[in-house]
Parts: sequence; structure tokens; C-alpha cells
Amino acid sequence: MSGKTLYDKLWDSHVVTDRPDGSSLIYIDRHMLHEVTSPQAFEGLRIAGRKPWRIDANLATVDHNVPTTGRESGVEGIADPISRTQVQTLDQNCNEFGIVEYGMNDKRQGIVHVIGPEQGATLPGMTVVCGDSHTSTHGAFGALAHGIGTSEVEHVLATQCLVQKKSKNMLIQVDGELKPGITGKDVMLAIIGTIGTAGGTGYAIEYAGSAIRSLSMEARMTICNMSIEAGARAGMVAVDDKTIDYVRGRPMAPKGEMWDRAVEAWRDLKSDPDAEFDKVVHLDAADIEPQVSWGTSPEMVTNIGGRVPNPANESDPIKREGMERALKYMGLKADTPMTDIRLDRVFIGSCTNARIEDLRQAAAIVKGHKVAPSLKQAMVVPGSGMVKAQAEQEGLDKVFLEAGFEWREPGCSMCLGMNPDQLGEGEHCASTSNRNFEGRQGFGGRTHLVNPAMAAAAAINGHFVDISDFYSKAG
Amino acid sequence: MKAFTKHTGLVAPLDRSNVDTDMIIPKQFLKSIKRTGFGPNLFDELRYLDSGEPGKDNSQRPLNPDFVLNQSRYQGASVLLARANFGCGSSREHAPWALEDFGFRAIIAPSFADIFYNNCFKNGLLPLVIDEKEVDELFKSVEAVEGYSVTVDLESQTVSTPDGKTYSFEVDEFRKHCLLNGLDDIGVTLEDADSIRAYETRRRQEAPWLFPAG
Ligand code: SF4
Repeated sequence: MSGKTLYDKLWDSHVVTDRPDGSSLIYIDRHMLHEVTSPQAFEGLRIAGRKPWRIDANLATVDHNVPTTGRESGVEGIADPISRTQVQTLDQNCNEFGIVEYGMNDKRQGIVHVIGPEQGATLPGMTVVCGDSHTSTHGAFGALAHGIGTSEVEHVLATQCLVQKKSKNMLIQVDGELKPGITGKDVMLAIIGTIGTAGGTGYAIEYAGSAIRSLSMEARMTICNMSIEAGARAGMVAVDDKTIDYVRGRPMAPKGEMWDRAVEAWRDLKSDPDAEFDKVVHLDAADIEPQVSWGTSPEMVTNIGGRVPNPANESDPIKREGMERALKYMGLKADTPMTDIRLDRVFIGSCTNARIEDLRQAAAIVKGHKVAPSLKQAMVVPGSGMVKAQAEQEGLDKVFLEAGFEWREPGCSMCLGMNPDQLGEGEHCASTSNRNFEGRQGFGGRTHLVNPAMAAAAAINGHFVDISDFYSKAG
Repeated sequence: MKAFTKHTGLVAPLDRSNVDTDMIIPKQFLKSIKRTGFGPNLFDELRYLDSGEPGKDNSQRPLNPDFVLNQSRYQGASVLLARANFGCGSSREHAPWALEDFGFRAIIAPSFADIFYNNCFKNGLLPLVIDEKEVDELFKSVEAVEGYSVTVDLESQTVSTPDGKTYSFEVDEFRKHCLLNGLDDIGVTLEDADSIRAYETRRRQEAPWLFPAG
């Protein structure tokens, strides 16, 4: 019999019972909540007269709706009454059920997928779920983490379990050395460009290979974060020293003797050498260039040195039509060099790229320069209050402010524009977020997905530029 | 939850692949704390020519005449015919809520995104997969014949068409059982409460750091 994959191990250690139809009841160690996908779940509990099964497994925060400026007057001060109600509803629900919540003005507040790892609420070997598709982020810790719908949020609250069918195993192996300045974001966009947005459907993906090992935990989180953009609910990376070093000392991480026991168990969180995968994809790290998306799906992506593709060269009629529609929406002509695309706004933020390393990479590019006068706005939205405080301690806020960026309070912000941070119709935005869907960042808005340094360089130049020179000089 | 056994209804063809949940129900409508009332804003950006906001009177908004659900021949449709990877993107359950609220009971596509697929079953909405060629065939028939209705039978796992064709589809036993009977799956899971407790006791021994509160 062949060995087990990391996913097999995580799955097996969480099966409560197997059901006759092939589904299983899976135990959930960590449940994260935010204001958008939870109100109907709490309401369901109340209607059925149920209580949460295990209160200490839950952790909540507000992130999607919260304003990123003017928080002095607290929740009462949220201008949009519907957003305010949603934020207040989470506060009330957490109070009523005794769930820990980092409220809007708590310094630990932030995007749910940033604060879990930051607080040590996400640990290796856990099952982590949240009513949010980017829960896959937490898989970077050798955890089984995926998004769920609101009915499942209610199910987890009431039973601490989920009914699941096991996914298939996919291995994405990225070997070799990444060029200087190539980030987790570029690796992931290149993967999605290769396998497509449905490439991972039905699979749990493990990212492995020397290039993945060489990346920091934060870069691994960026990669796992966008597993859902590749169609997979869950993505993960095996535990190594970097994982353990990152978790050590976090507020909710185990301490003392318990820490040692935990670490011993975590060392086994990797695929056995003889494990078999249902699908294996190889990428050569050395081939990966800085990526920029040109269309309305994350697979519509190319190298910074590339051009907007020409639908006439596409033989599949459904794909061709999709490309034509995307170009029309994006207001782009086929064969335009990516570096010719003029930008209106730049957004550095989101659960994909708003951790401290992301801000450092962007600041390194920005330092000593000014945002191009042709831009309407360039903003930096840290992923959490802790990231913001750390950045301010390092003086990064000054670098951004002096260059003409806005420096905001933490939250999802323009990643999806549920709060006032939105694109106007027809505006092009260089964004470090994860989705370039039609209307995602605002009605008629045109999103280009890039890494933080590329977004920073685009802000300074008013259009996309290849930043490889910067890194080769810095060498 | 509404049970689903057999449903006959008019088919509306949505001819594009990778329809994401942002498209099914845009973010500004997710601010509601209710499960209902999303139907009027289903496919908001495709359906209307202006930008929609919660509370806006939809009857006053300019409709996009090219959008399939605005065409008179598809009024009253309750079966949606779609292309590959339908429901990709965000996990928002507001997407099936909106489809259901609009009046859809079943969605036929060659493939669905996982989370969306799962969410449908929790809301009495049946997502069913038939293969690409068959979907193509259906698109042609639906577009050719006005008033084209199909019958979706969950018990026998078939879709039958007016021209006498029958397509079969797969569905998990457990999901089928819950949907046929309109069962609340929390209730079903809680029948296993003893197994959950036994798991916790064992796990607390093996991995006590996962139970910090003791
Ligand atoms: S930052 Fe964007 S993708 Fe991440 S949780 Fe918030 S809205 Fe979702």
C-alpha cells in the first residue's frame, strides 16, 4: 500500500464517522467568522433553539464592511446604515453566544485570514473553516482549511462538524530557483494561468517543490489563499522549520511542554515519500515572470513583458467568446503591450497581499518616489491592526504617505468594495487582491491582479512596468 | 428546507462559462442579514443597465434587453441551463438564495464550482451535471423551441425533454435523501452526537493543544 499524502493525513485524523453513502463527518478545530456570512447562521441557531457546540473553537472579526477611514466614532459612526447593522449584528451575536470577537476598533481586528495565523489561532494539523472562500489561506500551515457556505457555518456552530466527501489529491510541484523579485503571487498566478480556474475543482492541492520550500510563510499563505481561484477549496503546504518558527510565541499558540509535544506531532505533517496523487503538475520556477492579469478571470493572466492576447488566435469557440467579452469589459485592444495599460487607481491590500512582507516589498519600491499625477488614487490597506502597527513601527506608513499613497485602517476594503472603497466605472486598477471578476471592485471597474511591488511600481509610473531591473540592481 | 422531488419548468439558457458568484449576486446586496429578498437583484449587473443598490426601486431601473432573463420568452423560467464551472468564486450562499428567490429550482451545467454546488443542496436548489455534449444539445433545443420545458426527477435522477430525450445525472445518496425529504442536516448530524463526543475525548488525549480551554 502506498503512503499517505498530507491531505490524507489531515483528513484521517478528523473523521468522526464515515457514512454509508461515502461521505464523512469531519471534526472542525477552528471556526472563523465574519459579519457577512454569519448573521443568517446565528439566526438559524436561534430559531432552532440550538447552542454552539464548542464556543472556544470560534473566533470572529469584522472585515468586509468596515470603513477604512474615520473610525473615531466607532461602529455607530459607520455611514452606511446597512453595513452598520451587519457589523452590529455580529457584535450582538458574539456577545449573546459568548464568542471571542475582535471588534472594529480592537487592535487585533483585521481580515479574517490575516488574523488567524497572526494570533496563532491557525495551527498546523488543524481543520480550519470560515464562511469565506479564501479560508484556503490557512492551509499554508499544514492545515486542512476551506471555505463554507452560511448553512455550513450554522452546521459547524451547532455540531463542530461538517459533512464532507473526500476530495482527490493534486500535487503542484514548483522546482528550481525563482528569479529575484518573483513572489508567491506570481507563482500562484502562473499556476492558475497553467491549470485554469477550474483546474483544481474536486481536488485538495498540495504545493511542494524546492521553490515553495524557499518561500516565506507569508508567501505560502498568498499561494494557498488563491487555491480557490484555481478551483480547489483547499490548498496546503507541508510543515517545515519555517512553519514552526512562524507559529512559535503567537498569542494562541501552545506554550511550554505543550509546545514541544505539538511540534513533535507537527513534524509528521507532510506527504509520505511514496504517497500517490491523482494529478501532478510541474512548474519550473525559473520560467516564472512577474504576472499581470488582463481579463475578468484570474486565469486571464500573462507576463509583464507580454501583450493582451488576441482572441482570433483562440481555436475553442467558447474560450474565444469569453476572451472577447473580457476584452470588451476591460476596454482593451488585442495585442496591446501590458506596459501600455494606463491606470486610474492602485490598491495594495486584501487577504492575499496585505501582510507585513507585502507592505515591505511595496515600500522598498516606493521609497523616494511619488505617485504618478495621472492616478486618481493609490491606497495601502494593511491586513490587520497588528500589521498596521508593525508597519508604522518600521516607518513604512511614512514612505507611503510621502509618496502620495493613502494609509488606511485594516479591512477588506477595495478587494470587493462592500465599504465605500470602490472603483468607478471604466477605471483600471492595479490590485494586489485575488479576483478580477466583472464588477468585483466596483460597478464597471477593471481590475488587474499583480504582486505588491508591481502595484507600487505601477502607482509611480501610472502604468505597469517590469520591476526586474530594480531587483537585478539591488542584486 | 423545501423538499425537491420532481419539477417541470421552463428552461432559460445562460450561455457563458465561469459564471462567478459575484455575477450571480453582487457584493452590495450581501449586507442584508436575511436569507430572502435577493431575487430581484439576481445577476444584477447583467440584468440592469445601471448600477444597483440595496433599497433602489428595481421596477424603475433600465433593463438590459439582451440579457436572457429579460426576454419575454423566458419569463417564468425555473430551470437554468448554464455552462462549465458555474458558481465559481466567493463562497457566498447568497448566490443560491438569490437563484431560489428568483424562482429557479434546478440548474443544469457540465460542471459546478465545489462550494456553490454544496450550497445549493442546503437550499432546496438542485444543481445537476450532465456532460458537455448533452448540455450543448440542450442549448440548441432551448434556443430553437420557444416554451421549452424539461422535467427533472430527483428520484430517478433524470432530466426528460419534450422531444423525448432523457439525460441521467449522478447525485450523492445522502444529499439526495436530504433533498427528497427536505431534511435539515444539522438534525441528522446531531443524531451522531455521541460519536462527536467520543472523537473529542480521544483527540483531547492525542492533541491537547487543540483544546486550550481544557
Ligand atoms: S480581502 Fe477580499 S478576498 Fe479576502 S476575505 Fe476580504 S473580501 Fe474576501
